[in-house]
Amino acid sequence: MSKVVKSLREAIALAGLRDGMTVSFHHHLRNGDFVLNFVMDEIAGMGIRDLTVNASALFDVHTPLIGHTESRVVTHLAANYISAGLGRAISRGALEAPVEFRTHGGRPKDIALGRTPIDVAFIAAPAADPMGNCTGRIGKSTCGSLGYAFADAMYAKRVVVITDNIVPYPLQGWSIPESYVDYVVTVDAIGDPKGIVSGTTQVTRDPVGLVMAAQAAKVIQASGLLKEGFSFQTGAGGASLAAARFLKDIMLREGIQGSFASGGITGYLVDMLREGCFRSLMDVQCFDLKAVESLREDPRHQEISAMQYAAPGERGAVVDSLDVVILGATEIDTDFHVNVHTDSNGSIMGGSGGHSDTAAGSKLAMIIAPLFRARMPIVTDRVTCISTPGQDIDVLVTQAGVAVNPRQAELRERLEQAGLPVVDIHELKERAEAITGKPKALPKGDRVAAKVISREGELLDTIYTLPEGR
Amino acid sequence: MDSLRPASAGTLESSDAYVEIEPSEGGIQIHLESVVLERFGEAIRETVQEVLEELHVADACVRVVDRGALDCVIRARVETAVRRGRGEC
Repeated sequence: MSKVVKSLREAIALAGLRDGMTVSFHHHLRNGDFVLNFVMDEIAGMGIRDLTVNASALFDVHTPLIGHTESRVVTHLAANYISAGLGRAISRGALEAPVEFRTHGGRPKDIALGRTPIDVAFIAAPAADPMGNCTGRIGKSTCGSLGYAFADAMYAKRVVVITDNIVPYPLQGWSIPESYVDYVVTVDAIGDPKGIVSGTTQVTRDPVGLVMAAQAAKVIQASGLLKEGFSFQTGAGGASLAAARFLKDIMLREGIQGSFASGGITGYLVDMLREGCFRSLMDVQCFDLKAVESLREDPRHQEISAMQYAAPGERGAVVDSLDVVILGATEIDTDFHVNVHTDSNGSIMGGSGGHSDTAAGSKLAMIIAPLFRARMPIVTDRVTCISTPGQDIDVLVTQAGVAVNPRQAELRERLEQAGLPVVDIHELKERAEAITGKPKALPKGDRVAAKVISREGELLDTIYTLPEGR
Repeated sequence: MDSLRPASAGTLESSDAYVEIEPSEGGIQIHLESVVLERFGEAIRETVQEVLEELHVADACVRVVDRGALDCVIRARVETAVRRGRGEC
């Protein structure tokens, strides 16, 4: 038996895709992804319309989607993250229906509960066998973990695996097993390796970033959480990685072995694993080639699904075992609400991803952000968009001091005792505005461009279109 | 007053501003591009106007490409462009 069909068009037809249905995609190929575009072009060519595209994330490479919204092939979008170029088109009102933003944990949960049913899931697979067993660990388009694709594979009515690397049955070390897969399509290339994973991720050399990173490591040390079994997550941003570097120095010096690091995995966390800082890595997405290689070779480096990573609910997830997470912010307000969806002009340029999931699950959720970026103060009276509620954010680290959420009196005391420069968040706002001046209020457009849905499935905030002419 | 020749100052780096100035007849014209136009556009125009007044520039065409520069940076770039235009530096 073989599930290989002779063309993508045949797979779409066999899957029974019709007007008004929902198709889904995962984003491990990031800005190197070819699959979403050629699938949507094929669907458009078949005359199917009014589709919902539910993707774990969308990148600028997916900008042709805007053409499909103009021709009404696509009328609804859902994603956990949308990058700046595509985000701007959406902020200018490319769709009539608001885009739905979820979190990396909320999306699989809503799929599993049938709140956002998927008719046909398209899985971009760097390696697959003719029965549909597939993995991201090997192949010319290797991306490592396929974490975000699991819920799509498990719950979609039909599942199409698309690969540029068909291997004899049975593929060894599959991520997604054949039992979920209906059809397999082979193509020349599923993506451009240069856009899929970066060669290396760099620690920042920016002096402000380094000051914040050093302060962040001291906060973690003073929090009392940095001890045997410590668990940690951080992003791939320059200052976050630098914080990991300072943390590593402390862990090696004091002989502390942590239990795990989680989330999107970089080569930097792989180094920490190899040097004994952690017993394991829990990997939902690989950010660079070193992470891909480690996932392939090292059994301590484990692939997890988005559901296991971050889904809310009674059964818990990896995020619920997290001690510390370091997160970014484009804005944070004096109630500690954080915006990672829009830039300071109100244009969509991101999304929660795992931000609110890890903030909610971890014992210490830390934001690292400079006082201001390119004249825009980071601390505001009210964020343009609430991506993560302030109740889940514990501490803000800036180059001018550390602000602790008033809900965390004990943490504040610990940091003060450790001699850290603890200041009121209002003071950070004033200090920034003394340097930048006070920005004028942001004008809004008259339509809702996107809805931000919390990890529990409730409306958290709305993002408006940009005013006419922007 | 000193005659003004076309001159420029600054860079297009983030948090800097690039300022070009050239002679003009009939007052001050300011062309502003900014990454923070919505939030600081008016403040930047006021600053440029102020610096020009302080330096007694009555007729000039000024183009500012702002990459999120602080007020002091904008002042410095405008002043330098004017002084270069006058051959003072």
